[in-house]
Amino acid sequence: MKKKYLINARIIDPKNKMDEKGGLIITEKGKIEAVGKNVNTSNIPSNVEKIDLQNKILIPGLVDMRVFVGEPGYEYKENFRTLSNAALSGGVTSVVSMPNTLPVIDNVSMVDFLKRRGRDKSRINIFPAASLTKNTDGEHMTEFGLLKRKGIAAFTDGTKTIQNPQLMSRIMSFASQSESLIMQHAEDSVLSKGGLINDGEISTRLGLQGIPALAEKIIVERDLSFLEEYFCRYHISQVSSEKTITVIRKAKKEGKIFTAGVSINNLSLNENDIGDFKTFLKLSPPLRTEYDRLSLIEGLNDGTIDVIVSDHKPEDEESKRLTFAQATTGAAGVETLLPLALELFHNKSIKLDRLIACLTSNPAKILKINKGSLDIGNDADLCLLDINKPWVVKKNDLKSKSKNTPIENRKLQGQIIMTFVKGEVAFERF
Amino acid sequence: MAIYKNLKAVKKIQNHLLGIQDLSFSEVMHILNEAKKFISLNKSSSKKIDILRGKTQINLFFEPSTRTQSSFELAGKRLGADVMSMNIVNSAIKKGETLIDTAMTLNAMHPDIIVVRHQDSGAPNLLSQKVNCAVINAGDGRREHPTQALLDALTIINRRGKIEGLKIAICGDILHSRVARSNIYLMNMLGAEVNVVAPKTLLPHSVDRLGVKIFNDMKKGLDNCDIVMMLRLQNERMEGSFLPSPREYYEYFGLTPDKLAMAKKDALIMHPGPMNRGVEIDTNLADDINRSVIREQVELGVAVRMACLKIFCKKI
Repeated sequence: MKKKYLINARIIDPKNKMDEKGGLIITEKGKIEAVGKNVNTSNIPSNVEKIDLQNKILIPGLVDMRVFVGEPGYEYKENFRTLSNAALSGGVTSVVSMPNTLPVIDNVSMVDFLKRRGRDKSRINIFPAASLTKNTDGEHMTEFGLLKRKGIAAFTDGTKTIQNPQLMSRIMSFASQSESLIMQHAEDSVLSKGGLINDGEISTRLGLQGIPALAEKIIVERDLSFLEEYFCRYHISQVSSEKTITVIRKAKKEGKIFTAGVSINNLSLNENDIGDFKTFLKLSPPLRTEYDRLSLIEGLNDGTIDVIVSDHKPEDEESKRLTFAQATTGAAGVETLLPLALELFHNKSIKLDRLIACLTSNPAKILKINKGSLDIGNDADLCLLDINKPWVVKKNDLKSKSKNTPIENRKLQGQIIMTFVKGEVAFERF
Repeated sequence: MAIYKNLKAVKKIQNHLLGIQDLSFSEVMHILNEAKKFISLNKSSSKKIDILRGKTQINLFFEPSTRTQSSFELAGKRLGADVMSMNIVNSAIKKGETLIDTAMTLNAMHPDIIVVRHQDSGAPNLLSQKVNCAVINAGDGRREHPTQALLDALTIINRRGKIEGLKIAICGDILHSRVARSNIYLMNMLGAEVNVVAPKTLLPHSVDRLGVKIFNDMKKGLDNCDIVMMLRLQNERMEGSFLPSPREYYEYFGLTPDKLAMAKKDALIMHPGPMNRGVEIDTNLADDINRSVIREQVELGVAVRMACLKIFCKKI
């Protein structure tokens, strides 16, 4: 690979508090050699490979902490190749893959398989998460130490919550020895049993059983209590309601150390969007009220929430063309994550640097990976975006194998122009 | 009915009858006016006319039903339609067929109208998107049961002449009841004041947002009411414990003479059936011909369903 000189860009790198006009130099090995205003046409050699970025915005490649891949077991929903294409077209260069596969990622040999497949079939960086319990049975903990040594970035039961408080306390206690990151999907399964959407006026009108916000709050409160006794790296995967935001804000103020994420879906949609039983909007956690949505944005702004995830859960049409009760949960979203997040910038809900931090440096910091920033020496994983370009989401244009986007026909402003992985142009939109 | 007399039937915009929520006031009045014409026909010796001759009506029941299914069947037959009733409870779905596939199969047989009951809320909506005939909702999950509400309205109008200004108490298991929801929408639309009486565990979230007053004390809820609508305790839909015992429920929420005494002297008792005697209603009250209009509801149910079949069958 030849050395590359990217010039004429607005460079935003939240980790290094950089927001300036300039350029970026990529070494022959695909690393970042220099970045910022000092890289410009006047001080680079004239006979090198130059890419003029035409004043577009250059940011670190996105780190998405919650993505479901169909491999192994559900290849018909998504495989590493299609996920990689989808992610790249969305400027996402690193993902944490959820362990809810068939079989579940719960042992060392599965990790080997996953890493090999990820390396061979995908161009993005795959950081596999393993399950907290064997086969996500909620009863027997997995081998945190051994798995972490194999390269597991985080532990979570994905779509499931550790319900048993005794087990949860022991997991937190044991996993802390290996400094393993625990990501909890917070939902009390008894309170949410049979629930389909947010418990409220809409669920009453649609005649669908509700999932109370308390089901989330109770698990978060429980785990935060455990955190006082059993300190570990603890992350709440997705927060959906104002009630939980209040709990987290208070706990952080008291000095507890943990982190929290939110799905772009919960930031951009609310329960009203379910309309006439749209199964593509059957999500977990469920879409809640507009009041909840606004409080999530507030939480994002004041640091209560640290990261935004796509919660990319590809599902084939057959599992969505059912009654609302029978349809599966989840929406594809990795490739619309950034454009949809930019909507929050355009409508002045959140500042651009904060938004990008929640998509790049914050998740990288939580995962303790050298991604999500433009540090000198890092892999040149980059995303170039045209922040104003208008476009309309069409499911048939999506690269993901499954087309279950919750924002079909949504008019968005801002599109990814180029994505670099390890210094190579991995995606380009013409 | 006097006040509605000048109201001309407006051309329908709906192709399907999926719920009261989708209907306009004029559509409701049109259905009720049509239904009134069938009341006398149903009492005459020759009950059959031929306005739906040559039409095919399929009753697609995914949930067991006695009265609604027979009511729809009779309604179709009296209008001259060819009626086929399918109980799916034990057939195709068990073999793994999805609702949409079942619908497409039936659709290929060119029915003119499909009457559907399903345990999942929204199933008729899904069906209506996939077939090219009219779909009538005969009850979906806990969402809506529009023809039940319409027949309740007709029963009240038949007895009281109007609904506007009446005070109606809907009592019992509101949480699991599609009848309650449809009636709340319809009675509100027709100008009644609606009270909802239920234990707190059997009230859906934010039900007050549907425009009702909530009471947990039955005597207060029935105070000065013109109509007392009792609902069945839907034990089959209850997951886990909502009530300590039927005995405790009856004590506080069962319709008994002393509680009924709070309502107007001539208040009517209604129940969509089937009843749990001695659980939600005193057995003598249920049979009291001066107060209970429960059998009349069943009778007018056929007329209302005839009207719905006639109106919606014509549409497509």
